[in-house]
Amino acid sequence: MSAAQTKEKRARLEVAPKPGEVGKGTCKCQGKLPDDRYGILDEIIAKHRDTPGSLIPVLHEAQQLFGCLPEDVQSRIAKGLGVPESEVYGVATFYSLFSLRPKGKWTVNVCLGTACYVRGAAACLEALKKELGVDIGGTSRDGLFTLQAVRCLGACALAPVVMIGETVFARVKPEDIPKILADYAATHSSEAAAS
Amino acid sequence: MNVALPQKQPETQPAPAPARPVAPPGEAAPAKVVRLTIDGRAVEAHEGETVLDAARRAGRDIPTLCYHPAVGRIGSCRVCVVEIEGARNLPASCVTPVADGMVVRTNTPAVREARRTVVELLLAAHPHDCLKCERNGRCELQDLAMRLGIRTARFQREKEHRERDASSPALVREPDKCVLCGRCVRVCNEVQAVGVLGFAYRGTRSCVTPMFEHGLAESKCVSCGQCAKVCPVGAISEKEEWERVLDAIADPGLHVVVQVAPAVRAAIGEEFGIPAGTAVTGKLATALHRLGFDAVFDTQFGADLTIMEEGHELLERIKSRGKLPLITSCSPGWVRFCETFFPDFLGNLSSCKSPQQMMGAVIKTYYAKKAGVAPERIFSVSVMPCTAKKYEAARPEMNASGVRDVDVALTTRELARMIKAAGIDLAGLPDGEFDAPLGISTGAGTIFGATGGVMEAALRTVSEIAAKKPSGKTGAGKLEFAEVRGLEGIREATADLGGQEVRVAVASGLGNAARLLQRIRDGKASYHFVEIMACPGGCVEGGGQPRSCDPEIAAKRAAALYAEDRRMKARRSHENLAVRRLYEEFLGKPGSEVAHRLLHTTYRSAEEVAPAAGVRKEAM
Repeated sequence: MSAAQTKEKRARLEVAPKPGEVGKGTCKCQGKLPDDRYGILDEIIAKHRDTPGSLIPVLHEAQQLFGCLPEDVQSRIAKGLGVPESEVYGVATFYSLFSLRPKGKWTVNVCLGTACYVRGAAACLEALKKELGVDIGGTSRDGLFTLQAVRCLGACALAPVVMIGETVFARVKPEDIPKILADYAATHSSEAAAS
Repeated sequence: MNVALPQKQPETQPAPAPARPVAPPGEAAPAKVVRLTIDGRAVEAHEGETVLDAARRAGRDIPTLCYHPAVGRIGSCRVCVVEIEGARNLPASCVTPVADGMVVRTNTPAVREARRTVVELLLAAHPHDCLKCERNGRCELQDLAMRLGIRTARFQREKEHRERDASSPALVREPDKCVLCGRCVRVCNEVQAVGVLGFAYRGTRSCVTPMFEHGLAESKCVSCGQCAKVCPVGAISEKEEWERVLDAIADPGLHVVVQVAPAVRAAIGEEFGIPAGTAVTGKLATALHRLGFDAVFDTQFGADLTIMEEGHELLERIKSRGKLPLITSCSPGWVRFCETFFPDFLGNLSSCKSPQQMMGAVIKTYYAKKAGVAPERIFSVSVMPCTAKKYEAARPEMNASGVRDVDVALTTRELARMIKAAGIDLAGLPDGEFDAPLGISTGAGTIFGATGGVMEAALRTVSEIAAKKPSGKTGAGKLEFAEVRGLEGIREATADLGGQEVRVAVASGLGNAARLLQRIRDGKASYHFVEIMACPGGCVEGGGQPRSCDPEIAAKRAAALYAEDRRMKARRSHENLAVRRLYEEFLGKPGSEVAHRLLHTTYRSAEEVAPAAGVRKEAM
């Protein structure tokens, strides 16, 4: 981390209210501005502070809040719960549920189970990597898609299968990939805007 | 044959068994005696004792890896497995408690096969570059492989390469060599309460690392080096700098000066086959002269000087109702810990520099003038039981002489390597002397190396000054303060300072320090004077000392220092005539303006100091 980044991080941390300060005053938002996630994090920590073994629930809620578990969030949790930073990092990296890097808006799951594999899943995966410009676990530059490989989605009759969000795409061919992604982004972005 | 309990029952002592059966000693609550059979011999043990300890006392050494007396036992490596009749598998002896009628076998084909497989799997993931490794010849993994008769590499495993981390001024981590025994993780978290090293990831990706795989320099590491001291392999060690010292000695343009800390003489002999607990002060002085240093000085002089300044500071703070308790600042690992985790106590820290840095400042000013050498031409080396001293010497404010005061801080282990490389056999050397004037010291300086020693040295001087009996003669005040000696993590005592009772406390090990400070914070305890050392047992067990798996090692080394102290003619710091002359000729009096400029320092909380930019894991 560069000195500038550190300074920026510090500044951000200082803006966030301390535990106990959140929710004071008469304002309806109770100190929780939409982007004041650090204040909410402090509330989460305060809620769990006196419960032994509460690290995993706190990490879980923090990930829901931030989308992943960046370093400053983990440091804040360690300080707040009185747990060594090394332990927080150890737990965050042990469970595949937790992610250190931001995830995209939608997750693309490519099935690499036996049936999908023999029906050409590897070529689909390559096409996805090329189209999104990332490796497995990576997120596209526009922040929309995170690429994941899974073992079996239980839809072997439809092999090869790709899932984006909750939508299943059956008998996918590598050349379909660009259109699938573009269509998915188009429909779901407009859905999000409409709602 | 019967193997019975020894008279005094230390928790983890593989002592030779006494010949006759004895009843448990008459302690307050004598533990129940358990009778079991180990390899066909009847053995007595205390209830709650482990099979490993009972076997070792009975003369059966079971190999271990993850177990180390400094960090306790978790039974994770499975090297110490044994056969126990009735057990379904091979239990780990380090965590299996003894039981009445238990039948243990420590050396059967099944046991040997299991141990060998465990070590073979470790070797499969360990780089085979022993020839270039700092631990070559003194490696616990090598010893295990040798002992288990491993001659082939049956397994091969791909292991993710992880970068060497040389970012810290004190320590180097080589994660590829790590065998994941967890000793460093336990010492860093449980003993030292620093919490920098931890396990991360899982399965074949498992590794020991600071948070987010940062370099140590970017972490909250305080450089105490306890991790390096317990590491069984070459995965964590001090940053080696002894070749730079050899280069300096070979440079005719440089005047190379060395100072040696008290704890070094109590331990360096172990590296040359001299029994633990033997002080080799005279031989050490001879070895340093033979290595070619231009002047051989004693950090104990700096320790005496520290007492003059710190004692003055203590009396001043008590008199003027300044901030109390005054807390010692000799241990740079502790100072860094305070700056990082307890910044609210920075005002309590003594403003005195450590003996190393006082020596460094005096060498390049007072001595430079006396010897007629420009400070720029002096290359100042220190030999310390410590890895944090490397970090301390590199702190930017440690340049009272206008240039860096201590150019290189070596560990005890590094000096041993240097002596061996020069072909000198320390054990066979005649006794020599340190050079005047900065090699002259008192017994008060000697005991700085053991926990409680700084406190005792301070009390020896301060009690005399407070009683207005500044001795030229001596003998007036109390000399030995047994109440502050010992190895318990936290000790309390009271002392009489000129009619006023002062409360003192001594803590060693940063976990103990944290507990003591928390009690002070919570108002549950209050003191006038507190001594804190970063390492459990004090400097004798510093992170730069020879590695040892002997649970009694701290006591043995401390005993060597207290014996040295009793042999000294002068045993109070203010009786050091060379220190007196330094004040007369140069410093004026304790706490003077010159003394403040050269011998005192200031502290900043870690939050205020931006972490050094761009020092992530660049390989050297």
